[in-house]
Amino acid sequence: MPSIKIICPNGHLGFAPLKPDSFQRGVAAGPDYIAADSGSDDIGPVPLGTDTSTSPEAWQRQDLEAMLLAARRIDVPMIIGSAGDTGTNSRVDRYVAIIQELAKKHGLAPFKLGYFYSEVDKDRVRSAIGSDEPVLGLDGRDPLTQAELDATNRIVAMAGVHPYRKLLEQGCDVIIGGRSSDCAIFAAAALHRGTTEADAYYLGKVLECASFCAEPYGAKETVLGAVNGNGVTVTAMHPDQRCTIASVAGHAMYERSNPYDEFVAGGRLDMRDCHYEQIDPRTTRVTGQRFVPAERIRVKLEGAGKVGERFIGIASIRDPYTIAHIDEVIAWAQAQVFERFGQSGYELHYGVYGKNGVMGELEPVKTPAHELCIVVQGVAPTEEMAEEVCMTGTRQLFYARLPEVKGTAGGVAFVLDEVLKASPAYRWTVNHTLAVDDPLELFPTHTVTVGA
Amino acid sequence: MKKLSDLAKTIRSKNAGVDKITFDIIFTDRGIYEQVLRSKALTPTTVAKLYGIEESRIAEFVEYDPACAIKFTIFRRRPSGSAGDSDIFGAQQYAPLLEVKVDI
Repeated sequence: MPSIKIICPNGHLGFAPLKPDSFQRGVAAGPDYIAADSGSDDIGPVPLGTDTSTSPEAWQRQDLEAMLLAARRIDVPMIIGSAGDTGTNSRVDRYVAIIQELAKKHGLAPFKLGYFYSEVDKDRVRSAIGSDEPVLGLDGRDPLTQAELDATNRIVAMAGVHPYRKLLEQGCDVIIGGRSSDCAIFAAAALHRGTTEADAYYLGKVLECASFCAEPYGAKETVLGAVNGNGVTVTAMHPDQRCTIASVAGHAMYERSNPYDEFVAGGRLDMRDCHYEQIDPRTTRVTGQRFVPAERIRVKLEGAGKVGERFIGIASIRDPYTIAHIDEVIAWAQAQVFERFGQSGYELHYGVYGKNGVMGELEPVKTPAHELCIVVQGVAPTEEMAEEVCMTGTRQLFYARLPEVKGTAGGVAFVLDEVLKASPAYRWTVNHTLAVDDPLELFPTHTVTVGA
Repeated sequence: MKKLSDLAKTIRSKNAGVDKITFDIIFTDRGIYEQVLRSKALTPTTVAKLYGIEESRIAEFVEYDPACAIKFTIFRRRPSGSAGDSDIFGAQQYAPLLEVKVDI
């Protein structure tokens, strides 16, 4: 009967450091694999667009070091997916280099490092746009157009289990993956051990965010998942956490639009008939999951396109009359920007904190607070223009002409009288799927021997 | 009348991909979960009204018995992280649900 135990110490490696105590408990529990996902599209399109990480290298390095040393010590494979937040080629190369440096630093015995890339050439996508299998949109988006592709700077494809399985079959001890479905990282290891697809994918689904499937809430703690021929079990490794029926079933719905389906390249995990059972105070068992293979393999693509350079301005208000007329104040400042730059060719956004700064149009509470903070974003093709758009849109709040204001020396408070250069603005241009004949086509794999 | 925040264990929001935000309301007591369902305090109609959006903006609305949870997902007005988006993770959009009155 195939069995496997995997520990996951972190739900987004690098985004915040793992917690060492529960990780060491997990290592002591004798896992067959140590695995973590390191990426997300939650972080917005800027890191993908600019080909950077949003996480500090020190945090990435710390987690990679903890996992590598533990994995080599107990001689089990270590698997990382979606390297460096985005899984672009440069992030994969960086993680590979970090692993090589760590191996040297600690004098590790030779081991086999496998890695694969996920970036997709725009010409490959372009040829599909015009074919009889268009690049289909997800979440209500239309099929991808040439124009949207032209507006895209970088595309990554989301790997399923295939490149991981190939590298495991080649005997890799450490795997660094490009952009991947979170659950595929774990599912590949389970499939490599011969488990059913249903158990493998559910195992991946429940482990991908580490202790998010446990209670009480406490992120970045290690959890242990196992398949033993009688469903999937998941156990919290932090002594104060438990994997309960509620926490595990609740996690099935986390970050997806419905709780029943998890789509991966090659199929769909169906959780409609899942049965949850508490088998000890910290462990829940799940049975009844099903895997439905896809008739045609479609790979999800993520793409980001640059909108412009960006500056941020900050202004705040205490005068109750000005607060009551905040929309007019902003309209005044906007009008000054329109006068200078016209009404198009740039973006100007006002976030009014204390009114609806967090929720925008979704905010049901219409009464402003007794003070407001306004964050102004100016986006334009050049830095110079973005700075001036933002500066005009911020500073003119100071000069807004309200007929009955008592304070005529300045309408807002500034924490700075300059505006701040921010990351360039990008947008998600691609949230689509591409049909492929070969599930490995978009994910070239490589291996190298590391260590003395 | 009770407030949803007094009845549910978890009330949260989070991105579901780059174009949607999903809301989870999770109960620990099956009886309370079923009473909330029966009360019709949370339906596509009440939720759309609460957030001031058209019902067509609601992509999914699920009563999820295995976890004693109610889950709904809305389409974003602009993809996460676009200039002008105030909540890249979609993680603070649940607050209005806390005050929803439930007739139980």
